[in-house]
Amino acid sequence: MRRARIAIAATLLVLALAAVAYAQLPSGIARPDNEQNLSTQELGAQLYAGNCASCHGIAGRGVAVPGATRGAGNIKGQGPSLVGVGAQAAHLYLTTGFMPLSNPHEQPWRSRVLFNRRELASLIQYVASLGKGPPIPHPRPETGDVSEGMHLFTSHCAGCHQVAAEGGYVTDARVPLIKEDTPTQIAEAVRVGPYLMPKFSKKYISDRQLNSIIAYLQATKQPRDIGGWGIGHIGPVPEGMVTWFIAAVALIALCVLIGERLRGTV
Amino acid sequence: MIRRAVRFIDTRAGAAPFIKATLRYVFPDHWSFLLGEVALYAFIVLVATGTYLTFFFHPSLADTVYHGTYAPLRGQKMSEAYKSVVDISFHVKAGLLIRQTHHWAANVFVAAIVLHLMRIFFTGAFRKPRELTYIIGILMLFATLLEGYAGYSMVDDLLSGMGLAIGYGVALSLPFVGGNLALLIWGAPYPGDPSFESRLFIAHVFILPVLIGTLIAVHLTLVASRHHTQFRKEKRMTNRRLVGVPTFPGQAPRSLGLMLGVAGILLLLGGLIQINPIWLWGPYHLAQGTNGAQPDWYLGWLIGALRLVPHFDVTIGSYTLVPNPFWGGALFPLIVMGVLLAWPWLERRFSPQRGFHNLLDRPRDAPGRTAFGVAFLLWVFLIFFAGAADRIYLFLGWSYQEQIWIYRGLVWVLPVIAFFVTRSVCRELQAIERVEEVREAAEAEAQAASA
Amino acid sequence: MRRLRFLSFWLGALIGALTGRGRRKRIVEEGSESPGAELAVVGLLLLSAVFAIGFVVVLATGSWPNRTQYEGIALGGSLLLMAFALILVSKKLIVTEQNEEDYPEPEHPEEQAEVTQIVRESGSRFTRKRLVKGAFAAAGGALGVAAIAPAISFGPALDPFELNWTPWKRGKRLVTEDGAPLKASDIEMETFYTAYPEHSARDNIAAPVVIVRLQPRALKLPRSRRNWAPQGIVAYSKICTHAGCAIALYRKPTFPPVQPDPALVCPCHYSTFDPAAGGKVLFGPAGRNLPQLPLMIDSAGHLRAAGNFSGPVGPSWWGVRMKGPITQDR
Repeated sequence: MRRARIAIAATLLVLALAAVAYAQLPSGIARPDNEQNLSTQELGAQLYAGNCASCHGIAGRGVAVPGATRGAGNIKGQGPSLVGVGAQAAHLYLTTGFMPLSNPHEQPWRSRVLFNRRELASLIQYVASLGKGPPIPHPRPETGDVSEGMHLFTSHCAGCHQVAAEGGYVTDARVPLIKEDTPTQIAEAVRVGPYLMPKFSKKYISDRQLNSIIAYLQATKQPRDIGGWGIGHIGPVPEGMVTWFIAAVALIALCVLIGERLRGTV
Repeated sequence: MIRRAVRFIDTRAGAAPFIKATLRYVFPDHWSFLLGEVALYAFIVLVATGTYLTFFFHPSLADTVYHGTYAPLRGQKMSEAYKSVVDISFHVKAGLLIRQTHHWAANVFVAAIVLHLMRIFFTGAFRKPRELTYIIGILMLFATLLEGYAGYSMVDDLLSGMGLAIGYGVALSLPFVGGNLALLIWGAPYPGDPSFESRLFIAHVFILPVLIGTLIAVHLTLVASRHHTQFRKEKRMTNRRLVGVPTFPGQAPRSLGLMLGVAGILLLLGGLIQINPIWLWGPYHLAQGTNGAQPDWYLGWLIGALRLVPHFDVTIGSYTLVPNPFWGGALFPLIVMGVLLAWPWLERRFSPQRGFHNLLDRPRDAPGRTAFGVAFLLWVFLIFFAGAADRIYLFLGWSYQEQIWIYRGLVWVLPVIAFFVTRSVCRELQAIERVEEVREAAEAEAQAASA
Repeated sequence: MRRLRFLSFWLGALIGALTGRGRRKRIVEEGSESPGAELAVVGLLLLSAVFAIGFVVVLATGSWPNRTQYEGIALGGSLLLMAFALILVSKKLIVTEQNEEDYPEPEHPEEQAEVTQIVRESGSRFTRKRLVKGAFAAAGGALGVAAIAPAISFGPALDPFELNWTPWKRGKRLVTEDGAPLKASDIEMETFYTAYPEHSARDNIAAPVVIVRLQPRALKLPRSRRNWAPQGIVAYSKICTHAGCAIALYRKPTFPPVQPDPALVCPCHYSTFDPAAGGKVLFGPAGRNLPQLPLMIDSAGHLRAAGNFSGPVGPSWWGVRMKGPITQDR
């Protein structure tokens, strides 16, 4: 009996350890040892060499065809050129945790940002210095019109992102929820078009319109749930779950309570 | 006082014998007999709330611009129909409560019908002499699906417009007649003639409710004329003799309590849990669409089926024999309906029992039927579940395309496995019971002998 | 006579008094009283009344922030409390009767025979029964058809090729949602545009098109459509050929070597079309390629249709492959 208990405890411990090990993100990034002593420029260049160059190439020239050898982070790299993408794209990809990506065939997905503030700033500055490109935008959603934003979002974005910005699916890829994104990140994503997302120039969607779209997205963070509990704002799927798991269960309980009056007397 | 009232009615209508028989009509005593009543009361709530909503709803597709209090819609172009529903939600006193209660009642109505149907199916209550009652029940289920679809569609929000487009696609896909039929229903190529909205409206508030109400009346009349079935809990409950509670005083407060309880639960849902927040979806325009668009749960099995079918139209030369949406959107529900309708006769073919059945089976008593029921239900459920593959991908990261391929296989494999597993479990349970019976008999005998 | 009745009444009363049969026998069984349950029922009902009044108060006092929630709790609560009162009545205050009742006769053979006989005998004066029946069937059937016939005014069911109508024809300019003509130079790479035919109804399944610009060398159009994509600009119907939803999704790779190719996708059942290959179906249930609209660029640089679609727009039906799209302005 006792032995069995010990065995169970040991198994649980092993399982717990395995779970911890599995949950632990690979620390992922390479840092220079003497980080404090480096100038911003040097730090950016070194971080780039250690974490980005295996895919984006030396001086951001890109890697069109993967080389025979594995680069930094043991990655067989392949990636687009970064010349001319500017601080705009670098800021988007790095502050969302899209980059660095452990496998170039994977979809960049929002994850924990592994760089600290100074490292981020240095790296963004470095990428921006690779060629003339757009700077980090400064959207002003408070000047936007929510109604115009809703209309534009429905026309251009809802097909993938869902009309209440709850995310979705496009063939071969997931569409992220964008409620967590800051106005700056949204503005960048619209202009950059990360991964499979189309990009929208200022000629297509003006900065004023973009402010409206961001204003609408800010509003979707706190939708007008005047009807009560919002159950996710994706409509019929959670509604069906409430129907079966709350309403039907309550009604069956009511039936059982009311029915069978003869139980016990029989 | 009571006596005078009874006398008044009896002398005017000659109804005393009828009233007496009604008061002493016997209801069997098991909670599962109340599921049908839940559906009935949900219907009553639907009629009551729906009537209130018609006072404020404008069934018109005329263009208008919103200038109300809800900022994100202000200045947007929309139809009168959509605007009136936004106004019901924001301005009409208790409008949103009644609207949401109406929608929850619709979802619960169909759920209660399905639960009721499961009880009827798995206990064999559909057998002779109750086949007609059963068939009317199945017809009501499908009339209800149409009714719900019409209600969901006539609001003209983004989701309802997309749902209508799919309905149009399915109507077009009917072999030989689809093109003509869709033009007849819609009045013109999609989105159709402006009068289409009033057609939807009259179907939703008059034609289908009257049809369902009539079928309910016939259904209940037939139930009463053959009396309820019963489980055999005691020796005196037989195929010829029914034991239970009389309508009055026993059953009446229970039924009334259940009715008020159903209404209360639906109103609580309507007040506390948001359903179909159309102001968040925005108005429908032909060229717009949203990701994750889904129908109400009771049509979810169709979206799953539409998504599972591989891409092909069946053609003979330039004649398109079977357009793709037919398989998932029309044939699949027709098969389900056909199998359900034919079941009492199918079952009689496989296990010939010609007699009258007033006593119910427990699911284990009919292993073949139970196994088929479980397999059939699982088949429909898996297809239903496949309709949510996109959300599963988003939240669990399991590739949509992989899922679709896997469901295409599982949909056929799992029900077969479920059939054999269920059948053997039923048989096993029967065997255990037989052993138990033999043992009890032997013990009783031994006791008698020792005494 | 009157005296006799008078006498019998008093006689009956006397016998009744002597034998104790004055009251009728109970039908509903007797049970013990339970004052506690009665009080609880009264309490529940009063509380229910309070909730109901609360509902009226919420309605009357107008704009509370969570108006709907208070309304729901008040009205739903009132009903539920009353339900609980009734449940308590049924469980504690109503006698638990167990009645037995015979099921109705399964059949009535005598009546069945009589009904059959009545029907049979009623027709004995007819000599040509089948002819009369046939005549009635003909009249009834024809009247039935006549009764349904007005339904034809519901829609052009007799001319299903109206489904192939489109407002597009050679020379039609492509305009934005606001009605502004689109220039070829407006169309950029890696994004998508929605356009409509100029001066035509928009609320028609064949009106909206989706435009994307691709690298001209990336195009894999059929040979017959070589000239349909000036500068690599292609236009397709925005309506899915599967079930008629709007093609509201465009995916484009940021780094093509490792990412999926550009595709137009429908959000309803995820039918996926290849804009580079003339709208070929890549994935999903659609059974026909997306109809392509041939484009040309006029001297002012505006985009114009160079003809009608490559095929009928919208979901398939039995005649969809029989005729091409027919130009008709509505």
